[in-house]
Amino acid sequence: MKRGPTTPIAMAMATPILMLLAGPSSFADTTAIVGATVHTVGPLGSVDDATIVITDGRIAAVGAGISVPDGADVIDAAGKVVTPGLFTPRGSLGLEEVGLSAGPLDAVQRGEQFSASFDIADAFNPRSTLIAVNRIEGVTRALVTPEAAAADETGAASSVISGLAAVVNLSGGRSSLDRRGAALVVNLGEYGVPQGGTSRAAALLQLRNALNEAGDYRQHGAAFELGQHRDYALSLTDLEALQNVLTGEVPLLANVDRASDIAAFASLVASYGIRGIVAGGAEAWMHAGELVAAGIPVILAPAANLPTNFDRLNARSDSAALLTAAGVRVMFADGQGHTHNARNITQSAGNAVVAGMTWNDALRAITLTPAEVYGVADRVGSIEVGKEADIVIWPGDPMELVNYPEQVLIRGIAIEMTSRQTLLRDRYKNLDEDKPPAFRR
Amino acid sequence: MRQSLLIVLAAALPLVACAPSTESDDDKAFTGRYQALESGATLLKGATVLTGTGERIENGDVLIADGKIVAVGESLADGDAEVVDANGKWVTPGIIDVHSHLGVYPSPGTASHSDGNEATAPVTAEVWAEHSVWPHDPGFVTALAGGVTALQILPGSANLMGGRGVTVKNVPGRSVMDMKFPGAPHGFKMACGENPKRVYGGRNQAPSTRMGNVAGYRTAWIEAADYRDKLAAAAEGDDEAPLRDLKLETLAGVLDGKILVHNHCYRGDEMAVMLEIAKEFGYKVAAFHHAVEAYKIADLLAEHDACAAMWADWWGFKMEAYDGIRENAALVERAGACAIIHSDSAIGIQRLNQETAKVIGAAARAGIDVPPEVAIRWITKNAAKSLGIDGVTGTLEQGKMADVVLWNGDPFSVYTRAERVYIDGALVYDRNAPGANPVTDFSLGTAAGGVR
Repeated sequence: MKRGPTTPIAMAMATPILMLLAGPSSFADTTAIVGATVHTVGPLGSVDDATIVITDGRIAAVGAGISVPDGADVIDAAGKVVTPGLFTPRGSLGLEEVGLSAGPLDAVQRGEQFSASFDIADAFNPRSTLIAVNRIEGVTRALVTPEAAAADETGAASSVISGLAAVVNLSGGRSSLDRRGAALVVNLGEYGVPQGGTSRAAALLQLRNALNEAGDYRQHGAAFELGQHRDYALSLTDLEALQNVLTGEVPLLANVDRASDIAAFASLVASYGIRGIVAGGAEAWMHAGELVAAGIPVILAPAANLPTNFDRLNARSDSAALLTAAGVRVMFADGQGHTHNARNITQSAGNAVVAGMTWNDALRAITLTPAEVYGVADRVGSIEVGKEADIVIWPGDPMELVNYPEQVLIRGIAIEMTSRQTLLRDRYKNLDEDKPPAFRR
Repeated sequence: MRQSLLIVLAAALPLVACAPSTESDDDKAFTGRYQALESGATLLKGATVLTGTGERIENGDVLIADGKIVAVGESLADGDAEVVDANGKWVTPGIIDVHSHLGVYPSPGTASHSDGNEATAPVTAEVWAEHSVWPHDPGFVTALAGGVTALQILPGSANLMGGRGVTVKNVPGRSVMDMKFPGAPHGFKMACGENPKRVYGGRNQAPSTRMGNVAGYRTAWIEAADYRDKLAAAAEGDDEAPLRDLKLETLAGVLDGKILVHNHCYRGDEMAVMLEIAKEFGYKVAAFHHAVEAYKIADLLAEHDACAAMWADWWGFKMEAYDGIRENAALVERAGACAIIHSDSAIGIQRLNQETAKVIGAAARAGIDVPPEVAIRWITKNAAKSLGIDGVTGTLEQGKMADVVLWNGDPFSVYTRAERVYIDGALVYDRNAPGANPVTDFSLGTAAGGVR
C-alpha cells in the first residue's frame, strides 16, 4: 500500500483502524479493506462485511465473500462504514487561502467583458492549506469554479460569464487536475445584475448573444479568418471556448435562484440543445418539471432556507426532497460558504434526509452525481471495479456530525490524516507544559 | 408576574446586585413589555433529560406550570397537566444564542435593512441594537424551529465599541419591546482586530492598526471613568451633574457592572490584551465572541472567568480566523472555562445543536470525551451565564422559566429536530402542528411561508 509520509503526530493519533503495512515502498500495491459495510453508490448498492481490493490505485474487486490477494496490505474495517470519496460540486478550493484582506483570491476575474475562455485550472494550487483540512474529512474531489464579484473600486466588474471550472482531486500532488473545462460558469438573476448591467434581462441577453456569436462563428469561422465575415463582440478565444458548450460537452453552470430566471435558463438550455446546471436554486423546486425536461441538475445548500433577497422568497429546506421526487438530480454545497468548509457537505446531506430525501439519494448527491454531471463518472464517484479508489472509512453514518473519517484514500493511497488544524490542536491540547507552544511540533 | 421575575433576577445576579442602588435615567428607558403567552400545565414524560446543570436523567419527567419549571425527575405525578409522551425523545433547556443579528441584519438583506453597524465613528457606545430590531425578520421563526428560546441581538463589529446589545425572548412581537427578556441586563458590543481597523483605516482615520484599536478603547474608558466620577460627585451633592451623555452613560454602566461586555475577538493574543484593558479600567469581560483562538488561551479565560463564544468550525474567511479548529470549544471546556457555541448567522442559529455535535465528534477524534449533558451547556446554561440570565433560565431547575425544548431524538444527531418549543411554559412551536406556528409578516403569502 502506498502511503504518504508518516509523522510522529499521525502515529500518536491512535486511529482505531488497524493497518498491517507491507512497507512504505511496496510495489505490490494491493490493498484490501475488509469487514466494513460498504455503500458503493454503484450497482451493488450497500454490502455488509464487504471486501474492497485496490490494485495500483484502482478498485480491482468489491463485494462480499471476496478473498484477499496474497501479499495485500489489509485494512481491517470491521464495524466501520465505507463510502466513496466525497465530491464537492462547486467552490474555490485551491483558488484562495484567506478571502478577506489577505488573499490570494484567484476565483474572481474582473475587467474583461466576456470570459468564456478564462480557465480557472491555471490558478489551482494543489498545496493550498485548505486541501488537507477538507480531505481528512472525506472530500476527495471538487469542482473548482471561477466566481463573479461586484465591481471593484476602479469600476471594473466581472462578466456574466465567469469562465471555465475544473475537476480536481485533493491528493495535494502534481497530478491533482482531473479535468479542465468541466463546466462554464454563468451568472443570472440577482447574480447577473451587477455583471450584466442594470437588469437581469441584460445578463440573459449577454449570454444569448455570446451563444449566438459562437454559433455563427462555428458556421462562418473560415470566412471570419479571411476577413470576409462580420466582426464579433467576443474575442476569438472566447468564441472557441464556447464551441464545447454548443456541442453539449461542457455544461453551463448558472448561479441563479429565482423561479422565473430558472425557467428562462431551462428554456435557453432546451432551445440551444445544450447542457445546464443550476447552482443556488432556491426556487428551483417551483420549476422541477422544466428542469427534468431540460436535464438540468441542481446544486443546493439545503440549510439556506431564508428569503435573504427577493430572488429567494420561496426558499425552503425540503427543496432537495421535492426536486429528487420530481426526478431532478441534486448535489449539495455547504450552506455557509463553499470552500473552507466544503467538508460540511455531509451536514447538508443529513439535513436533506431529515427533510424527506432518502439516505441513498443524499449520499449519491455528494459522491456519484457530481462525478456524472462533470463527466468523470468513469473514473470516480462510486466504488466500482475499474474506478479510481477514492474511499472514506467512517466510524458510523457519514452524515452524523459526530462521525469523522478514520482513514481516507485518494486514488488508492491512504492519505496522512493530519492538517494544519490538527497540528494546532495537538500543539495547544495541553497548556501546562514547561516550554511555550512554539517549542512543540 | 414580571415584577416577581425582576426580583428573582436581581437576587440571582451578582453583577446587577452590586450596581449602585440609585436608579438612573438609563434604568427607566425602554424597559420592555414582554408578556408570556397563555400556557397550561404540561408534563413531558419519559424522556432523556439533559438538565443543563450537567446532569442527564434517563426516563425523566419535566413538569411545567404557570410558566415555570415545577419539577424535574422520575415518575412525576401529572396532576391536571397535559401529559406529553416523550418516550424515546429528549428534553433540554431552551437553546440560547448569545450572538445574533436577527432583526438588525434581517432577511431580506437589502441595503435598506442594513441596521446593524453605526459605522460612522469608531466609538458609538450611544447606540442600542434594540432600536434597529425589525421584529418581522423571518429568521426569528426559523430560529424558533431550531429550539432557540432566547437570543442576544448585537450591533455589528465595524466599531471598537458598537453599542448596546439586547436580549430577547424568541416570541415574535409587534415591536422589540414585546420581546425584551424581562430584567436581562444590556450587553455591550466591543470589537477587536481586523474589522474596526479595516473600516476606519480604509477611510484614512483612526484606528488603522491593532495598536490604534487599543488606544481607542482606553481613551473611551478614561472618558467614561471621568463621567462616572462626575455623576458620583453630583450624587454626593459636591457638584452639578453633567449633561446626560448617552455614550458615556453606557460606558459608565459597564464600569458599574450593570452592562455586560461581549467582545468580538478572534485571536488569543488579542483576547489577552483585552483582559489587560479590563483590568486597567475595572470591568469584566462576560464573553469573547468569535473566539476562534480561545483554545490557545483557555487557561487565561478560566482565570478571568470570561466565557468564550465560538463557532464549531468557521475558519479562514479572514486572517484572524485562520487558526480555527473544530475542537476549540472542547479544549475551552477542558480547561475549566465557560464554553459557548454561538451562531452570528440566521442559518447557523437554526441548528446550534448540530454545530455542537461537530465539536463533540472532533473532540472524540482527539481523545476527549464530551458527554451530551456537558455539551448541552454550551448552548444553554453557559450562554445564559454570559447574558446574565442564568438565574432565571438556561437550565431545567425548579422555579426557572419554563423555556424548554422537546427533541424527537438525541439533539446531537443530524436527523433530530425540535418537536416542541416552550417559552415561559407556552407552546410556541410544534413541528407536528405547522398550522399553529408563527409566520412573520414578511413571509405571508410566499409559497414556502409556513414550511421553511
